[in-house]
Amino acid sequence: MDIPYTVEIRRDTGLTNGKIGIWLFLASEVMLFGALFASYILIRTGATTWPRGDSILNVPLATFNTLVLISSSVTMVMAWASLMRGRLGTFRMYMGATVLLGFVFLVVKYFEYSHKFHDELFPSTNNFLAIYFTLTGLHMLHVIGGMAVNAYLLGPGSKLWKTNPVWFTNRVENSGLFWHFVDLVWIFLFPTLYLL
Amino acid sequence: MSDPAAVVVPKGSKAHVAHEVHHEELGFWRKYVFSTDHKVIGIQYGITGLLFLFFGFSLMMLMRWQLAYPGAAIPLLGTLFGEARMPGGTMLPDFYNELGAMHGTIMVFLGVVPVAVGGFGNFVLPLQIGAQDMAFPRLNMASYWFFFLGGVTMLASFFVPGGAAQSGWTSYAPLSVLATGGQTWWLIGMIFLITSSLLGAVNFITTTIQLRAKGLTFMRFPFFVWAQFVTAFLLLLAFPPLEAAGIMQLMDRLAGTSFFLPTGLVVSGQVVANAGGGNPLLWQHLFWFLAHPEVYVLILPAMGIVAEIIANNTRKPLWGYRSMVWSLVFLGFMSFIVWAHHMFMTGMGTAMATFFQTTTMIISIPSVVILTALLLSLWGASIRINTPMLFALGFLPMFGIGGLTGLPLGLNVADIPLHDTYYVIAHFHYVVAPGTIFALFAGVYYWFPKATGRRMNETLGKIHFAGSFICMNVIFMPMFMLGLAGVSRRLFDGGASYDFAQPVLHLNVVSSWGAWILAIFQLPFIFNFFWSIWKGEKVGDNPWQATTIEWAAPSPPPHGNFAVAPEAHRGPYEYSVPGAPRDFLPQHEA
Repeated sequence: MDIPYTVEIRRDTGLTNGKIGIWLFLASEVMLFGALFASYILIRTGATTWPRGDSILNVPLATFNTLVLISSSVTMVMAWASLMRGRLGTFRMYMGATVLLGFVFLVVKYFEYSHKFHDELFPSTNNFLAIYFTLTGLHMLHVIGGMAVNAYLLGPGSKLWKTNPVWFTNRVENSGLFWHFVDLVWIFLFPTLYLL
Repeated sequence: MSDPAAVVVPKGSKAHVAHEVHHEELGFWRKYVFSTDHKVIGIQYGITGLLFLFFGFSLMMLMRWQLAYPGAAIPLLGTLFGEARMPGGTMLPDFYNELGAMHGTIMVFLGVVPVAVGGFGNFVLPLQIGAQDMAFPRLNMASYWFFFLGGVTMLASFFVPGGAAQSGWTSYAPLSVLATGGQTWWLIGMIFLITSSLLGAVNFITTTIQLRAKGLTFMRFPFFVWAQFVTAFLLLLAFPPLEAAGIMQLMDRLAGTSFFLPTGLVVSGQVVANAGGGNPLLWQHLFWFLAHPEVYVLILPAMGIVAEIIANNTRKPLWGYRSMVWSLVFLGFMSFIVWAHHMFMTGMGTAMATFFQTTTMIISIPSVVILTALLLSLWGASIRINTPMLFALGFLPMFGIGGLTGLPLGLNVADIPLHDTYYVIAHFHYVVAPGTIFALFAGVYYWFPKATGRRMNETLGKIHFAGSFICMNVIFMPMFMLGLAGVSRRLFDGGASYDFAQPVLHLNVVSSWGAWILAIFQLPFIFNFFWSIWKGEKVGDNPWQATTIEWAAPSPPPHGNFAVAPEAHRGPYEYSVPGAPRDFLPQHEA
């Protein structure tokens, strides 16, 4: 049994099921991170002292990571655009770059974390570090999730291209929407935690 | 996806009809256990949810013994729970707290919502919009299994050292942060349940928008579809903040952070060795940001079910369908900005309290509009009295009592003496127990013929209704009096140690006997349910002579539902149309 509008667009809504689904999912993600940012504001405004982010965290590394994630968003778009032009080879290249850049982000994050732990800075040390580890940790889980989906689309998932290229392109587009969202969360996280 | 035939995708609405013919027979596991069919998943949700409802009710029956006869050993059953929980059959306070917290959690998150949304939503909604399944069948299956995992986690927590969560279904910090290990299980269980409801909500909204039949515009939706649609948005957007709160509480418990622990917190005469600087009110805000919309998640599907049954049995269109729909949408929106009326007593400030008391008064308007429209729908009708209709009719005054007694709680000043008393318990149980649960029973009796091809026994159904209706009121009406007398809802002895409570203590006994007799009146239902699956009266596809599209499908509907994709030609409730050959014009008939 095939569900209608998985591949083709429903004419009166102009959308596929997957497109609506991913946007709804992102809406719930906005609420998830929104609640954490709101908690950050509440805890910070109630605190007697609050460290400036750059006095504890490594701003140059995070700036580098911001550039890495933004680049990965660009390669993600290029991957989708390659499919729209019917070029699986260039898709592979760009999608590979996207996954790789995600990996670079994680490696940098690993060094940041281990440096903090080495300096005996833990989530329990103070509430600044608590919210830092919670927000960046949750964001990191999202990066890993996005990388897993992208890696699947790069590897076994790309078989779908042969049988149903439109469907495959839609999947890459939806995965891309998620990836851009993860990128966007970081764009908010970076100034909030590192600079303010 | 692994099915090679599935790769060829039909274009246009006609093509998928042909697919019904050649779908292969599935094995037992794929057909009944790991099924992607929305009807099987709906039934799985429904039965699991009903079992949890009964389990949660059983926890309460134990608590009611302690409240009616504080300190007395429970006859017969008392010894089964072991010395750690009930030495000599007498309940310990910690175990009472476990029962209380788990009763609330199970009833709300594992009982009512799974039956109302997971069960009825899954089973009925795709049929009512003329779809062959949900938009994402495998996500749908994942949703059920996440729910199942969440339920198992909650049940397992009874057996961990220190027992299950004891900090109430609200898990207020800092009590919950410092509680025993069961609280961690509670949080993990909640994360599973939130994941489940997220997958469900995405699926419901997408299905409603994308898979509705040709000609089924939004204003031709049955009210039930609208109710599920709005509910899905509430689940989608209100649950994530609780997930965020749950993550923070897990961090507090496991990583030693202080999100909810203030500086200088003293427990048992000792300052807690945390960094401090946290805010216990933050938990309450995040919790109620979910839990107030959750109240509407509990009630909106119930209103949807009742609306269907009332339209069907009054043989009239619903009175004011459009105002009901817009009220529903407004209600959904408003439910996001009333949450702090649960927190008037926290000292959050009069400006905040004024804002939330105002929005709370505003949100009562659409609820009253919907209830009034349902009541007016009865006007001048020649009402068919059958079991689903009895439960639907029972819903109206019960929800009315529950809703109207909520108004004093929503007013800042009136809330001060009533807060945290039995009055609150009576108020929200009138909404949820004889309210929503009656609607769920109505739905079971009403859609049972669609799911099985057989009707449930009417006599047993009427006994079930009459007994439940009386017992529900015997249980909850005395609680209003207890509450107005000032008895706190949190007391292990039901108020026996307070002088002022002495004149009303006997009401605890009345309530308790009401609860135990209510259990007896569920036996006809349980028997009827199973007996009717095999032995119930066989009926046709449309036994209630209803107009909505689910009745166009065979009973029980096969995988894929409809032999020919249905089209909607008119509104949902065209009953007794003047000049028509019958007193109902189904939506799908040209």
